[in-house]
Amino acid sequence: MLKQLVTDWNLGNAGDDVYAALIEAHADLTEDQSRRLDLRMILLLANHIGDDAVILEALRRARKGLGSPASAPTQ
Amino acid sequence: MARYEYKPFPYRKPPELSGECGQRWPVLIVGAGPIGLSAAIDLALHGVRSVLFDDNNVVSRGSRAICWSKRTLEIFDRLGVGERMVKKGVTWKVGRLYHRDREVYTFDLLPEAGHKNPAFINLQQYYVEQYLVERCLEFPDLIDLRFMNKVTGVEQLADGVRADVETPDGPYRIEGEYLIACDGAKSTVRAMLGIEFKSHIFPEQFLITDVEMKADFPSERRFWFEPTFHNGQSALLHKQPDDIYRIDLQLTPNADPKEETRPEHVIPRIKAAIGNRPFEIDWVSLYTFQCGRIDRFVHGRVIFAGDSAHVVSPFGARGGNGGVQDVDNLVWKLAAVLAGTAPDALLESYDIERVHGADENIRNSSHSTNFMTPKNAFERVLRDEVLGLAETYPFARRLVNSGRLSVPASLASFALQSPDDPAMNGAMVPGSACSDAPVRDVSGQPGWLLDHLGGDFVVMSFGRPAPARQDVRPLVISSEPVAGVETLCDENGLVAQRYGGRDGAAYLIRPDQHVAARFAEPTGDKITGALARARAC
Repeated sequence: MLKQLVTDWNLGNAGDDVYAALIEAHADLTEDQSRRLDLRMILLLANHIGDDAVILEALRRARKGLGSPASAPTQ
Repeated sequence: MARYEYKPFPYRKPPELSGECGQRWPVLIVGAGPIGLSAAIDLALHGVRSVLFDDNNVVSRGSRAICWSKRTLEIFDRLGVGERMVKKGVTWKVGRLYHRDREVYTFDLLPEAGHKNPAFINLQQYYVEQYLVERCLEFPDLIDLRFMNKVTGVEQLADGVRADVETPDGPYRIEGEYLIACDGAKSTVRAMLGIEFKSHIFPEQFLITDVEMKADFPSERRFWFEPTFHNGQSALLHKQPDDIYRIDLQLTPNADPKEETRPEHVIPRIKAAIGNRPFEIDWVSLYTFQCGRIDRFVHGRVIFAGDSAHVVSPFGARGGNGGVQDVDNLVWKLAAVLAGTAPDALLESYDIERVHGADENIRNSSHSTNFMTPKNAFERVLRDEVLGLAETYPFARRLVNSGRLSVPASLASFALQSPDDPAMNGAMVPGSACSDAPVRDVSGQPGWLLDHLGGDFVVMSFGRPAPARQDVRPLVISSEPVAGVETLCDENGLVAQRYGGRDGAAYLIRPDQHVAARFAEPTGDKITGALARARAC
């Protein structure tokens, strides 16, 4: 069965702490370092999810509204 | 609608300056704000005399603390002023969030029925103080209110505390067993004792105004991120009694306080926020954010409560509400120590339990403040993306943070509470603030459970009385009256539902309406042990 991308709340009581941790991790970084941190996180989390359909669905939704729609990846 | 009339409270020459022999008081209280006044009333309800000093003689100017939470209203009920406040206040439970001119999220703070008090009321601090002062006056033998009495010195004694006080008739000295410092964020008692206040100050400023106008805005908390009417900043709108609306507008960190509070700068901003309608400005102020606390709330015979002990940014309604919870936690303990029924160690538990509460409030309001006032490009983009995703995705709405509104702190796992009985279920684990529910007394009168809890230790049992003890008040939840014991009928089954109330089970409930212990099969020994533990004996 194909897993669905979860878009309902799934962070329990940890939402504000996760947000604060993101801010803190980026606090002293340059723009380039900041971008590298984000990409490392994405790769780590993608591997953790381990389901390309879910990852591509997230990518498609995240891509929405950025640049021209034609260049968006398809499933 | 007539504006609030600030009537000065009478000043009387203190007995110490009229040639009378000064007496030693059980408790001295510094500061007649909501916290000091609540402390005096709660002490009086425990039969403890106190003298309350304030350097002023009028309630606070402007609305200031306006959002009073359900838990605070429950405490005010116990103090005998809750119903008056709810009657006057504007009741609300829905918060509505906007990004630019679009609504992104609505939350309901009390989705469950069967509670006496609403999630929140809005009531200007001056009304709260007035009602509390009037309640104090109902205890003429137990509360001595001394306005225009400024405490200028505090000295710790081996077995008490001495204060120097200045009045229009000159200075005098007075002694007490304990002193509670409720003298606010700029506490002079704290300064006189040289206690360090560690805080994080946020650079943003907020312009805060009370505006009188006729409008049909709903009784909801409305918050805007980057509203079109207030370029790039945040805005908050609350409805208050007497056709007064409270508007908070975020300003840039470098805004000049003097300039920004001048009418020619305030009026155009208000007009932009409320549209083209007649209004009058009742009060204007400017504030900056600060979050922090002192290390310990108990220093020898001096105890700190409210803003003198901890301050938070205002958007979670955690300042005034946190302070009232300090009083709720402290007073029964202080009364027991003064009466000799508990050791000094019980006061340590005030420090531990309320430092925990303060840290929770500080953490939550720091998070809210960070979300509201991004410090750099990364934080701004992160916030914009959360707000953008929130329009489509439910998960992102929960990340939007315009203030996490005050909820009671859990005291689970602290020393006064007994370990939970694994045979019990339901959310009311030891350390929880007791949930309310509708009940009916033996005469058939409808009422509320919380009106029957608190003040003393209560053993609430289901179906039949728990083993008796002299120094706890028994209460039985049963459909049939039980001889010789206060019995309440569980009107809609909500008491049993919320407390997992199986037949024969019992709860030991603290005087501040928190669960100390619960037992599926209570025995005299179990209750005695839990009670000793809850009194730090």
